[in-house]
Amino acid sequence: MPAKTLYEKIWDSHLVYQEPGKPALIYIDRHLIHEGTSPQAFAGLRAEGRKVRRPDLTFAVMDHSVPTTSRLLPIVDTDARLQFEALEKNCKESGVRLFDMNSKNQGIVHVIGPELGITQPGCTIVCGDSHTSTHGAFGTLAFGIGTSEVEHVLATQCLVQSKSKTLHILVHGKRPKGVTAKDIILAIIGKIGIGGGTGHVAEYGGQAIRELSMEGRMTVCNMTIEGGARAGMVAPDETTFAYLEGRPFVPRGKEFQAAVERWKLLNSDSDAKFDMTVELHAEQIAPQVTWGTNPGMVTSVTSRVPDPHDFKDLNDQKATESALKYMGLKPGTPIVDIPVDRVFIGSCTNSRLDDLRAAAQLVAGKHVAKSIKQALIVPGSRGIKAAAEKEGLDKIFTEAGFEWRDAGCSMCIGMNADVLPPHERSASTSNRNFEGRQGRDSRTHLVSPVMAAAAALAGHFVDVRSFDVAHVE
Amino acid sequence: MKPFITHSGLVLPLDKVNVDTDQMVPKQFLKALTREGFGRILFYDWRYKQPGEVPNADFILNKPEYKGASVLLTRANFGCGSSREHAPWAIGDYGFRVILAPSYADIFYNNCFKNGILPAELTEAQIEELFQRAEKDKGYTLNIDLPNQTVSDNKGLVFKFEIAPSRKEVLLKGLDDIGTTMQHVGAIDEYENAHAETATMFDAVDVKYYTNGR
Repeated sequence: MPAKTLYEKIWDSHLVYQEPGKPALIYIDRHLIHEGTSPQAFAGLRAEGRKVRRPDLTFAVMDHSVPTTSRLLPIVDTDARLQFEALEKNCKESGVRLFDMNSKNQGIVHVIGPELGITQPGCTIVCGDSHTSTHGAFGTLAFGIGTSEVEHVLATQCLVQSKSKTLHILVHGKRPKGVTAKDIILAIIGKIGIGGGTGHVAEYGGQAIRELSMEGRMTVCNMTIEGGARAGMVAPDETTFAYLEGRPFVPRGKEFQAAVERWKLLNSDSDAKFDMTVELHAEQIAPQVTWGTNPGMVTSVTSRVPDPHDFKDLNDQKATESALKYMGLKPGTPIVDIPVDRVFIGSCTNSRLDDLRAAAQLVAGKHVAKSIKQALIVPGSRGIKAAAEKEGLDKIFTEAGFEWRDAGCSMCIGMNADVLPPHERSASTSNRNFEGRQGRDSRTHLVSPVMAAAAALAGHFVDVRSFDVAHVE
Repeated sequence: MKPFITHSGLVLPLDKVNVDTDQMVPKQFLKALTREGFGRILFYDWRYKQPGEVPNADFILNKPEYKGASVLLTRANFGCGSSREHAPWAIGDYGFRVILAPSYADIFYNNCFKNGILPAELTEAQIEELFQRAEKDKGYTLNIDLPNQTVSDNKGLVFKFEIAPSRKEVLLKGLDDIGTTMQHVGAIDEYENAHAETATMFDAVDVKYYTNGR
């Protein structure tokens, strides 16, 4: 048998139908939907008189537009309310599970999938959201799709797909203290560029990846799309199995053991060939801060804002010039001299319990700087929120001057009231620093949770390695 | 879907690399419940000044000489970022039928074909040549011929472009993917039956509306 990559193994086991020379029809094991990209898909189904083929494999949640303040108050945003009502109606009519905003399991779609054990190794998972790549941390083939494809999956539980090329990303060595999964993925994107992975499915390996917790692996896979690859994956191992055991949707007892035996086969053969390989050394990675208007515009905290003339390519020069103008930054400014107005710790990238613990440990007994206008902690799910409160993390944060909120996408995308005002600068643990992403004319700097927490205390970026940090994810 | 065979139209040169879908349709417009009417808000933050949604005269979509443009000429990695299909909905609704760029982000590229938009891929050098011609000639028009896979102007320039045969067929015939897949429902049934045993899921969560059983 020819050697295969993990991607090829999952692909082959999900092949439903293929004519020679044509794209394949592949089976989808889990379809996650949310209020933002599904209403038009249900409307399309209705217009054609079609039904949801597998409501039991479809999972709906309200996350993008939900308020993170009290859920007991009426929804004042009419458009958002209509979206919630549409999702509710669509789920009710088709018998799809709905985690509405009052469910104790509600949260960001890419946080609750793994948390509830919906995400399982070897599965194909899709969602009308590009950060679906997150689920690849479990050795799944998971990627974002458009609304027409959401409709296609609802109707057929399949997708028409052409095989992608394969990209092997190896991060060797041991991750230094204060350097997190977020810094690893930002460094990778900085190296390959935001289009570097286009047309590929990435698989991560190497000591630094293997030593990450599931939370850390999810952070890495989450931002795979920011490097252009639609899906990123990590082969499942004992860390994966230990994380999954006992979660609500995961098989129990003997069936769990049988599942683990199947999951253990999910890895790339040692002689499998990848179309492209990228290698990094964890020891050389410092905490990362983005300075521009895409996630590839990133540098070390010890570095300076670049000069457009540092770049050879004319298009890069123009893009840098335009990014610096938008960001209100001067070339040569030390990153640590950039002041911060607001801090956001949350999003499908960095809102899990490990992230909150690490940030809490750093701010315990201290207080956010006077110059900080707002510091938000938005847990990725209500489950995480409850777990964090049980540990007393909410108190640590509120005593340090942070706001403790309910779960949702929040200021990562600003579809609810959590918007970064014009020309204000954030230290944000989210995934995109595009123009206007967190609010019109807002200025986003992407960082890890501990870097965001440190910036909140200092009022500007600071090298978190100068703090007494534990070895965090 | 409306088939795409040939198209001739005015070129609008958008000279930027890495244009992300957040720029095409900002977040506040993701609360719509329909696919229609997004053309008005295409490139919203670049196109309008606030308050009052005043057209920004410096932005190319607002320049009178580009009114009615239907061929969008742009740079590498067009459509990166969010998977929002609202982006191609807005591009199509504005009146663009063809995009010309050296490369596209995967999800956006895929979404274009669901909406009868041709994202043609040319080389960096070819795109640069088209930018220069569009710069010199303000009414620059291009003719796109999908069956022959060519982009040509009225002064003798002809560029050939590559496209996967299956993608080409979808546009030429205006195919409905779901209808095509439904023809293979037997294969889907067969797949599901073969995998039923390992597809077990437990279920102990706080949800509404779930009806098990098919």
